[in-house]
Amino acid sequence: MIPAPFDYVAPSSVEEALAALQQHGDDAKILAGGQSLLPVLRMRLNAPELIIDLGRIDSLRGVRDDGDAIVIGAMTPHSVVGADPLVAEHALLVAKAVAHLADAQVRHRGTFGGALAHADPAGDLGGPARALDAQFVIAGPAGTRTVPADDFFVDLFETAISEDEILTEVRIPKHTGWGAHHEKMVRVAHQWPICAVAATARVEGGTIADIAIGLANMGSTPLRARGVEEALRGQPATEDAVRAACGRAAEGANPPSDLNGSAEYRNHVVTVMCRRAVLGAVQGAGA
Amino acid sequence: MTRINLTVDGMKVSDDVEPRMLLVQYLREKLGKTGTVVGCDTSNCGACTVHLDGESVKSCNVLAVQADGHDVTTIEGLAKDGRLHPVQEAFRECHGLQCGFCTPGMIMQSIDLLNHNPQPSEQEIRVGLEGNLCRCTGYHNIVRAVQYASGQLVAAAGEAGGVAEEVTPA
Ligand SMILES: Cc1cc2nc3c(=O)[nH]c(=O)nc-3n(C[C@H](O)[C@H](O)[C@H](O)COP(=O)(O)OP(=O)(O)OC[C@H]3O[C@@H](n4cnc5c(N)ncnc54)[C@H](O)[C@@H]3O)c2cc1C
Ligand code: FES
Ligand code: FES
Repeated sequence: MIPAPFDYVAPSSVEEALAALQQHGDDAKILAGGQSLLPVLRMRLNAPELIIDLGRIDSLRGVRDDGDAIVIGAMTPHSVVGADPLVAEHALLVAKAVAHLADAQVRHRGTFGGALAHADPAGDLGGPARALDAQFVIAGPAGTRTVPADDFFVDLFETAISEDEILTEVRIPKHTGWGAHHEKMVRVAHQWPICAVAATARVEGGTIADIAIGLANMGSTPLRARGVEEALRGQPATEDAVRAACGRAAEGANPPSDLNGSAEYRNHVVTVMCRRAVLGAVQGAGA
Repeated sequence: MTRINLTVDGMKVSDDVEPRMLLVQYLREKLGKTGTVVGCDTSNCGACTVHLDGESVKSCNVLAVQADGHDVTTIEGLAKDGRLHPVQEAFRECHGLQCGFCTPGMIMQSIDLLNHNPQPSEQEIRVGLEGNLCRCTGYHNIVRAVQYASGQLVAAAGEAGGVAEEVTPA
């Protein structure tokens, strides 16, 4: 199906894009890679009057080193993020999750910022963003503000970005030398996870020095498995210790029940997936 | 209407289009390039795959206006001087199709896969083609066609769709 008619602008700077948003308010919609928005428009679930395409704003694209963080431009395509050496070195968990996201064609178009701004609770990037304590840089009429991952995801498809704002980049504190593993359960190829666990860990002398775990599709927003993290910090990186701690993976979760599985099922399977993800991460970290 | 200028299969084209026009619609309805087909409503099937600046995309999920200033290659732009592209040739040699509806997309995605990974394993081929659905073949001969195109298989000479044998590395 074909979208309802709309007007189209493709500004070449963030300032112009913000001005267009300001002028048109909630009649306007930002277009990034279009891999979530265009299906919505084609199904006529939404019919904005104006599409503001960020695709011509070069400054929003690319990955750069900024001291203790790497910075991923909102319009950087998944395929570029997944192949970037800075991401592999300092935020391996992101590279692992991107490799599992959608299919090659969608990864060529879909963007890092677009996927996070979309805030699908089943999205593959929310868990890693929370686990790595990403910082979201948001530009608006009053200037730029930075929102931590814990406050960015508000609800189903809802983030801290307001209608007159644009996500410009995501800062990820360096997790150099951390092992990482993304465990994703799907029933069919190239789809959103029924449940996913993103784990990253630092190991020193056989002990889990630090660990962070993000969950997808276990609630209306991506979650942190803080109980498991707490139980494992300072513990030996052994299978028994990990197995015992991962029993807490569903603490505080409120997963959906749907055709793919009940909430009860997800609450169980997340403990199994969490174990695999943590073991993968600590092995990757040299345990 | 928005003016767009782009290159399609090596030809410069320029048109006024409605911003809501999908790239696949533009290719088929404005340019008559009906080799690129539409197989679904949900951007799942991959039948519409083309290359945008050399990288595979689902042309049902790109607006024609987003392709302004860019370079598009469709299945119709692959053969040169009447000779099939090696991946097209491989699909023919290995009988990588039955009804053929998924084939344009399969070939475009296979080329993209081989551009990034010239010697993929069987598993890497299956994962690399995960965004392309086939209702007929069960994928086996499609995977073989990609192995053949990458030089990892030699087809049994003369047997149409014949059993291809794996090349044993020396
Ligand atoms: C077949 C298929 C399979 C997929 N499988 C998966 C999967 O397995 N896992 C997964 O996580 N995702 C999957 N996706 C979705 C994919 O990740 C999309 O790339 C992503 O959700 C949206 O990114 P985009 O750049 O295309 O954003 P768009 O579709 O352009 O935009 C999405 C939304 O975010 C808003 N937005 C975008 N950028 C900004 C910005 N900078 N500032 C403010 N608002 C913004 C838009 O207004 C829109 O509402 C799939 C998509 C398809 C078509
Ligand atoms: S027609 Fe484009 S993915 Fe099915
Ligand atoms: S050959 Fe018929 S869909 Fe693939």
